[in-house]
Amino acid sequence: MNDLAPAPHRKARIATASLAGCFGCHMAILDIDERLIDLMKLVDVDRSPLTDKKRFTDRCDIGIIEGGCCNEENVHVLHDFRRNCDVLIALGQCAIMGGLPAMRNAIMHSDAPLRECLDEAYITGKYIRNTTHQVPNDPALPLLLDEVYPCAQVVEIDFQIPGCAPSGDIIFDTLAKLLNGKFRGFEPEMIKFD
Amino acid sequence: MDNGQEHTNGIKAPSCDLDPASATVIAEICQRFDNDKHRMLDILRAVQDRYRWIAPATMNKIAEATDLTRIEVEGVASFYSFLSLTPKGRVTIRLCDDIVDRYSDLKGVTAAFEEVLGIKVGETSADGAFSLEVTPCIGMCDQAPAAMINDIVLTGLTPETARSAAEALQSGTAPETLVSDRFNHLSPHERALRQVDNNIRHAGECLLGPVPEDAGLVKALSMTPVQIVNQVEASGLRGCGGAGFTTGRKWRFAASETAEKHFIICNADEGEPGTFKDRVLLTERPHLLIEGMTIAARAVGAKEGILYLRGEYVYLRELIEQVLEDRRSRGLLGSDIMGKKGFTFDIRLQLGAGAYICGEEGALISSCEGLSGEPKTRPPFPVNRGYLGYPTVVNNVETFCHAARILDKGAAWFHDMGTDGSHGTKLFSVSGDCLNPGIYELPYGHTMWELLEIVGGEDATAVQVGGPSGAMIARDSFHRKLTFDDLATGGAIIVFNGERNILEIVEYYMSFFVHESCGYCTPCRVGNVFLQKAIQKFQKGLANPEDIDYLKDLSGTIIETSRCGLGMTSPNPILSTLQNFPLVYSAVVKPSQDGIRATFDIQSAIESARKIAKRRSYIFDRDFSQ
Repeated sequence: MNDLAPAPHRKARIATASLAGCFGCHMAILDIDERLIDLMKLVDVDRSPLTDKKRFTDRCDIGIIEGGCCNEENVHVLHDFRRNCDVLIALGQCAIMGGLPAMRNAIMHSDAPLRECLDEAYITGKYIRNTTHQVPNDPALPLLLDEVYPCAQVVEIDFQIPGCAPSGDIIFDTLAKLLNGKFRGFEPEMIKFD
Repeated sequence: MDNGQEHTNGIKAPSCDLDPASATVIAEICQRFDNDKHRMLDILRAVQDRYRWIAPATMNKIAEATDLTRIEVEGVASFYSFLSLTPKGRVTIRLCDDIVDRYSDLKGVTAAFEEVLGIKVGETSADGAFSLEVTPCIGMCDQAPAAMINDIVLTGLTPETARSAAEALQSGTAPETLVSDRFNHLSPHERALRQVDNNIRHAGECLLGPVPEDAGLVKALSMTPVQIVNQVEASGLRGCGGAGFTTGRKWRFAASETAEKHFIICNADEGEPGTFKDRVLLTERPHLLIEGMTIAARAVGAKEGILYLRGEYVYLRELIEQVLEDRRSRGLLGSDIMGKKGFTFDIRLQLGAGAYICGEEGALISSCEGLSGEPKTRPPFPVNRGYLGYPTVVNNVETFCHAARILDKGAAWFHDMGTDGSHGTKLFSVSGDCLNPGIYELPYGHTMWELLEIVGGEDATAVQVGGPSGAMIARDSFHRKLTFDDLATGGAIIVFNGERNILEIVEYYMSFFVHESCGYCTPCRVGNVFLQKAIQKFQKGLANPEDIDYLKDLSGTIIETSRCGLGMTSPNPILSTLQNFPLVYSAVVKPSQDGIRATFDIQSAIESARKIAKRRSYIFDRDFSQ
């Protein structure tokens, strides 16, 4: 049922991060279900929301990125992942194309698209209930980017796993094949969505 | 028009609200074109000329008169760049923004206009007097920089002449008066010549040498239609617009279609940057052109013809109308032409409105039908089902002129000129870095070296053959021959010397295709934008080696999947320079060191948020003194 190779002398290190995504892709990672137990024999999970480690403790073999870049912190994290991971994977449509958050990129015919977007979201929108009538501006909030960028525009991405969210099967399959060096792309039926 | 809509430029529009007077004017304009929806382009041009924009309320009125929906009218009005959905100035100045103009101090000319008129490119002055715009090639590359002032053309501008023209316009001088104080007393031909030099540098045997009047038509009328087609086919004449389809075969296909009507259309929409040969023929050989169209009508059995003149050549409208009228009065157009019982043929002039795509024959037919200039699905081909569904022959200006000469002098005479497969002579429009830009009529088969010697461009390092959709060649290819089978061209030869930046030229041509894509199919609409962005990466020195593969891959996809010739040729500036100037690309690519994309600029990406939040970035602005 699985293509996992026997446990090697050194466990591979994996890191994951969720940028401008909905966390759905991370939930999909959990859809690997009980195969996780087999997987954990082969890998250590380093920096990841799954381990709650906020920093890299060591260089990683594989980094998995959910979501695109909508703010400066996303860019910072993505740079960090690129510098600390040998192989970087964009997981899901937001990481690959910008996805749903990139809808704001469609505000094009405006001199100040970002301001227009924030105004509508926090002040002028018809169904907004915001008693402060202000756009949130806590110093702890990272600055937004002018538009939402797919990961591949910010750093080089080695592999993409398509889907919204990708199924647990395709994630497991990809990881298993990457770990034993047999990954050669996807079978068409794996990335057919209807 | 005050119709409750606010305009971004804040200009009070001229009154043409649906007050009874304006409603009558609109109704009259529609009436002048028989309320015919197929004359939509004429109707909208007339409204644009009268009110300087197509206001929403007028669109309703036009839709009502022509029995269309408002959105159909708006679809056409928004497609063409010479039609405007916001009010334009009483004088609209369109600066020609071709690469050749850019290399002839367009910047200085633009600055002079901007300074005197007090507006920037793209703006309209607050009093509604002036609009300043840029427009792609207006067919004056041999006398760049050039500009259109309403329907008038100014050529060979310098910052000084631009300044004095702008000052004169601002003091109330009419645009015509810039051309001549006696403009109204000049004949249409003189008017055209006062505005634009024809720069005929070499007259060949077919077109620009002495041409006896209507000799070909006289002979054609003594022949059967089949004999005419046979003669044109035997001459080896191929279409001169660029594609090079055998003219005789095209006529034969159209003639063999049984239909109620046939049409002859002359494609005088020469929009390929760097091409201006048709401009010269329309000015100097208009009778020969109409003669050729009449012969084609005789050959295929057409009673009606259309001469589609690009909007940029509006300064030739009077001249052509006069020629048509003259020929009607002499019995060379109309019924029983030259006394030949039952041979009826007449031509209407259709003016375009600034859309390169309309040079594509399907798009041109759409435009003649009063639609936006979108190409048609092929097959059926125009010779089978073209204008309004009738068999239609669409040929280039030069092709019709050649056909008339072939009928006069015989197929063998024409066939003997040129090379095997490329017979006769060809008009070359030469511009750019050479001593004598202008028109050269030469037989096919000269090498590029020979041509460069003739035009005084021996120090060229690159030559763009056939305009942006053609190919850019380097010195190691200058031995190649100007024929259909080797260096094919619709006529454009643009010479560049060693000081020119190849990547800048390529980027300009891609911006041209981005602007001119009709938007119907995604590969062309979106793909060309991606290509342009990728070239900009190379220009900035931010490209990786794998970006070269990206250029090739994306170009291949656009060529393979686009719907018409525009997308099938738009990657050519990139592909031909990759092939012929590989060092230009490899010199600027750098492999990435750390996998971080140099093209992503975090500082510009957070700039607008910094302004909104009024604070610096804690991550990327480490220098707290900022």
